[in-house]
Amino acid sequence: MSTEKTEREPMFSAKIKKLLIGPLNKDNPITVQVLGICSALAVTVKLEPAVVMSISVIAVTAIANLLISLLRNTIPPRIRIIVQLVVIASLVILVDQILKAYVYDVSKQLSVFVGLIITNCIIMGRLEAFAMANKPWPAFVDGIGNGLGYGVILIIVAFFRELLGSGTIWGLHVMPKAFYELGYVNNGLMILPPMALIVVGIIIWVQRSKNPDLQEEN
Amino acid sequence: MENLLNIFVKSIFVDNMIFAYFLGMCSYLAVSKTVKTSVGLGIAVIFVLGITVPVDYLINNYLLRKGALSWLGADFAGVDLSFLSFIMFIAVIASMVQLVEMVIEKFSPTLYSSLGIFLPLIAVNCAILGGSLFMQERDYGSIAEATVFGLGSGIGWFLAIVAIAAIREKIKYSNVPKPLRGLGITFIITGLMGIAFMSFMGIKL
Repeated sequence: MSTEKTEREPMFSAKIKKLLIGPLNKDNPITVQVLGICSALAVTVKLEPAVVMSISVIAVTAIANLLISLLRNTIPPRIRIIVQLVVIASLVILVDQILKAYVYDVSKQLSVFVGLIITNCIIMGRLEAFAMANKPWPAFVDGIGNGLGYGVILIIVAFFRELLGSGTIWGLHVMPKAFYELGYVNNGLMILPPMALIVVGIIIWVQRSKNPDLQEEN
Repeated sequence: MENLLNIFVKSIFVDNMIFAYFLGMCSYLAVSKTVKTSVGLGIAVIFVLGITVPVDYLINNYLLRKGALSWLGADFAGVDLSFLSFIMFIAVIASMVQLVEMVIEKFSPTLYSSLGIFLPLIAVNCAILGGSLFMQERDYGSIAEATVFGLGSGIGWFLAIVAIAAIREKIKYSNVPKPLRGLGITFIITGLMGIAFMSFMGIKL
């Protein structure tokens, strides 16, 4: 009975679900694992580049996790970093070329940050921590989960920065004209890069007051 | 000479890797708990940036750029390999990091164990690849300029991580709201420091 179970796990067991849902909150790559902040901050002035960036990162993490997990028994440990980076870099070159072909404007806005997906610590961190020790299917799901967790934070930050900084969402004006007539002014400070950090700080604050077990000692 | 000095000062203060571009934030946040480890990591970053940027400069100018292969003969003058730049740069960086890792493991095992997983993560420290990509984008004129830019960005990163580590050591004694302790307050302090560093904008030597 038990041997049968280990032989064939169902495609969507509770464990797999946990891999997918966990990163959205308790294991969030940005606010809890502290990975992948570099690119998260620079692309969040507007919602559109943030969404494109999230989708690219989800694709790259999932596929890289899958490939490395397939190769995990053949990679010599001493040169594993180079092997992982070559896999990631080839995927990112593909993403870069696809973005240039289909959404050229956004790819211009993202500039060097598409290339910096290679060094997005989420991808490398998940490869080291998860894909090197797990079977392909859980690794793939783990990649999607962590990519989603990253995307959620990115979209929240971009939403507030775009709404408060330029009064728009996805390029459409949403702040009513009446507000401006009453003397409301767009908060130019939100567009400046340092505000991204402060917004993420506030997200962490909210998340940790809801989950007291995540709080640190000092 | 003045030009080099200008690039040097600019890359440390005005275009600071952390406060202006947020590159290398992962290790910046994770290793900045004590000044001692942050100094070690900062020096490693200066070292790696100071080597990889000039090497990548040579690769970019003699292998990848449009027309870079013309030294092979007229037939190659039109070849443009710049789409390969990500993979070439990252290969150089990864091998350099592995070298640094071996050297540190050999000469300073205490530093090696205190840096832990973050040493291999220098390879994915966005500041390193970012340095090479900015070098490519800004099109520096000579290898000396590229080297100075690499060293300057490294020193800027070093300054930032040591500064935040010193603040975090002191902040242990203050009464921060519980959910904000640790990561949250570090983010907010970095944001405030970033606003302070914006006052360097537009300075020219």
